[in-house]
This record gives sequence, C-alpha cells and structure tokens, in this order.
Amino acid sequence: MSDIAERVKKIVVEHLGVEPEKVVEGANFIDDLGADSLDTVELVMAFEEEFNVEIPDDAAETIQTVGDAVKFLEKNSA
Amino acid sequence: MRRVVVTGLGMVTPLGSGVEATWSRLIAGDSGASQVTAFDVSDLACRIACSVPFGDGSDGTFNPDQWMETKEQRKVDPFIVYAMAAAGQALDDADWHPKSHEDQCATGVMIGSGIGGIGGIYDASVTLHDKGPRRISPFFIPGRIINLASGQVSIAHGLKGPNHAVVTACSTGAHAIGDAARLIQFGDADVMVAGGAESPVNRLALAGFAACRALSTGFNDQPTKASRPYDKDRDGFVMGEGAGVVVLEEYEHAKARGARIYAEVVGYGLTGDAYHITSPAPDGDGAFRCMSAAVKRAGLQASDIDYINAHGTSTPMGDELELKAVERLLGEHAAKAAMSSTKSAVGHLLGAAGAIEAIFSILTIRDGVMPPTLNLDTPSVETAIDLVPHEAKRKQVDVVLSNSFGFGGTNASLVMRRV
Repeated sequence: MSDIAERVKKIVVEHLGVEPEKVVEGANFIDDLGADSLDTVELVMAFEEEFNVEIPDDAAETIQTVGDAVKFLEKNSA
Repeated sequence: MRRVVVTGLGMVTPLGSGVEATWSRLIAGDSGASQVTAFDVSDLACRIACSVPFGDGSDGTFNPDQWMETKEQRKVDPFIVYAMAAAGQALDDADWHPKSHEDQCATGVMIGSGIGGIGGIYDASVTLHDKGPRRISPFFIPGRIINLASGQVSIAHGLKGPNHAVVTACSTGAHAIGDAARLIQFGDADVMVAGGAESPVNRLALAGFAACRALSTGFNDQPTKASRPYDKDRDGFVMGEGAGVVVLEEYEHAKARGARIYAEVVGYGLTGDAYHITSPAPDGDGAFRCMSAAVKRAGLQASDIDYINAHGTSTPMGDELELKAVERLLGEHAAKAAMSSTKSAVGHLLGAAGAIEAIFSILTIRDGVMPPTLNLDTPSVETAIDLVPHEAKRKQVDVVLSNSFGFGGTNASLVMRRV
C-alpha cells in the first residue's frame, strides 16, 4: 500500500470510526462504511488538510470510495 | 386536566454521573468546585468552576463512551453528550423504551440549554479566522445548536412525539419540565423526556460571565468556599456543567404499566420581571408572582410547602431578593419551611440548573432528607426560614417548590408533590 493510501486509510478510520480492515480500496464511504452526506463532506475536508490540496465540489462528488480518494490524491497532491 | 408524574431521573453533574452518585455526595456535603486546569485561566478574573469528573465510569465518574459513540461525540459540544447521558439514564430508570410506532409517537423530548455550544462556536471562529471558511466542519452547526440535544436524544431512542427545546438562560431546565408537563396535560404526548444541559466551562464563557460581574472572583485559591449562597462573603456564582433530565408521564399511563412514580408535577408558574437584562428586579415581585402562580396552579397553599430548592446562585443581590420574595410568599409560615441552595455544592449549571434542582427536590420527597447550603457561615440577613446550613437535615417532605430565575428577567417555579 502506498504512503498516500496509508494516510487516506488512517483518516477514514479516524473520522468514520470503522475497523481498519473494512477500509479497502473498493469500500464505498456511504454504502460500506456507514457515512452520511455530512461525513463525506468532512472526509474531503480532512483529505484537503492532510494533503494540502484543494478539492473542488465537482471533484469531491466523484470521490465515493477509498480507491477514488487515493487515485485523486495520487494525481493531484504535490 | 390530565395528571403528570415523574417516572425517571437522570443526571450528569460536577458531583458525578448518575442520580445516586450525585445525590449521595450532595447529602454528604461535598463540593464539586475546583481550579480549572483544562485550559489557560491565568488571565481570567474567575479561575474556578464545577466540572464534570470524567473517568472510566466507575466510582460515579462520567464515561461519555457509555452514552454516545466516540465518533459522534467528536461532532458535538459536550452539552449534547451530557444530555444524551442524562436522557439515557432517565429512560432506563423509567424502564420506558418505546418500540411500537404508537408508543414512539406518544413520547416527546424537550431538553433545553442556556447557551448551547459556545465552546465549539469559539473554536470554529478561530478556525475561520486562521484558515478560512473551507475549514469549517459540516458538523459545526448541528453540533452546536441548542435543539440538537432534543434531536439527538429522539434519534437515539426513536422518540417521535413533540421535539422541542427551551432557551431561557438559567430558567431553562425548570421551564422545560413545566412546558413538557403541559404538553402531556393537553394530550400532545403521553410521555416527555425533559430537562436541560449545559457546557459553559471554557475561556469565552468564563470571560463573558465575569464581564457581567456575575462570577465569584475572590475565592480562586479556595474553590470549594466560593459558592456560598446567603453568606455575607458571597461574591458571585461558580459556573457548573452537566445535564438533568426527567421522564414525565401521564398518570394513568404510568399506572397502567406499573411504573415507579417519584412525584407529581402539580404546579408551574412563569413570569417576567420586565426590569433589566441581567439584574433581578429589586422588589422581587417577578419571583413572588412566579411562585404564587405555581402554588395556585397546584391547588395548594404556601403553607403546604415543606422544602424549597432555591435559585440561590451566591450573587450578592439575587440571593436576598429571592429570600425576601419567599418570605412574602410564606408569610407567617416561614418558620415551618426549609430552603437550601444546592448551587453551593454543584455550582450554577445555567440551563441545566432547573432540571437537576427539580430532581434534587424530588429526591428530598423520596428520602426525607434535605441537601445543605454549603459555606453558609454567617447569613447576610436574618430570616425565619431554615436555610439548612452546612449539613443535610432529615425531614418528612411531601410538597416541594423549585425556583429558577434567568437573565432577561425570566422566572420559572415548579411545585411537585408526593403521590
């Protein structure tokens, strides 16, 4: 697992209060990890803070799984 | 009119988590006051408070994880966590966990707060200033606004009846119980989870209340001596935090399911001083009319009152004005009644005060023991009323009156009676 994936996983575990083993690449934040719409907004904010990037709203809407987040951040973070 | 009884009690206070943990220490004469160490107080005029004792839940300490998921606690101010704990305790105590749609719809929530999430608003303001609006959490608003105590409790327990929240400063808890009782009387609900919650122990609230000249500032080195209602050396209140919640229930509903009945809410009075934003009216007439209305509604005489839980915050002006109003109410019967201020032990829980004090009053009926007014070494005025100084006192108590008065000149009195 890449460094970015590790950091994403840590944030997801912390914010959603889920077991680390559930945070797999294909896990959907809402369907699989019990997040609601506000949780996903906060997750995106946490990614922005951790990776020092700005994630515009239209991009944020495409980040629905752990894998989506890792891919976006690998492409866009410095 | 339908009768309303109390069938469940719950509280988180500076003396502990749970009714029995708090009550036993209150009767023992313990104080919940201490120097504040959770944040910097070096530049504040008041450096003491009555804080909730956090711990693993044993020995009466408060373990929030027992009442709310950790990840949910992170999203809200402590007043909501305290409300969740007190409401959970009260519903357990009442053994009322509605499962049918009908029962859920017949059960409502009315838990208020004086100022709600002031600590979280302070933190978010700093974030906004330092990092800009994109760093404000989506949970900022729903974790701070006052009616989210009622909202969270209703969601956690599936309570689909009236969902309401009182905001009347330090009268909040008493107003919430009184108003919730009326909803039951009118048939809007059969059961109401009612009370108040507050978490004001932070730099902003300490600075704000000190600026109003409301807080004690002369006892920073002797925190347990600071709250001293009616004593000549009193110099302001000591801030407290926590929550008090009761389960109110229509009498026949409670009887039909064999619920334990602590007391009946028989009287409720509400008045306004129409005088000043923070000072009580010098003639005490608002307080007098408030108590009188509650006693009249109860169909009782002032002489029927055995115990009064005073508002008694330990402020120089307020205590004596309330005492005079109570003397006016009792008239020649003053020597028969006893009145104590439990704020001498737990501090002033603002919006939660009226609720925990209503519970203390109910326990006085149950146990026949009146909690003391601590630190009352030398009363500033003479009175025929027994102010229960220093030590708890045994007495058969059947009728109690609980007073709460708030900023804005808002007054609430509850009268409760043994069933």
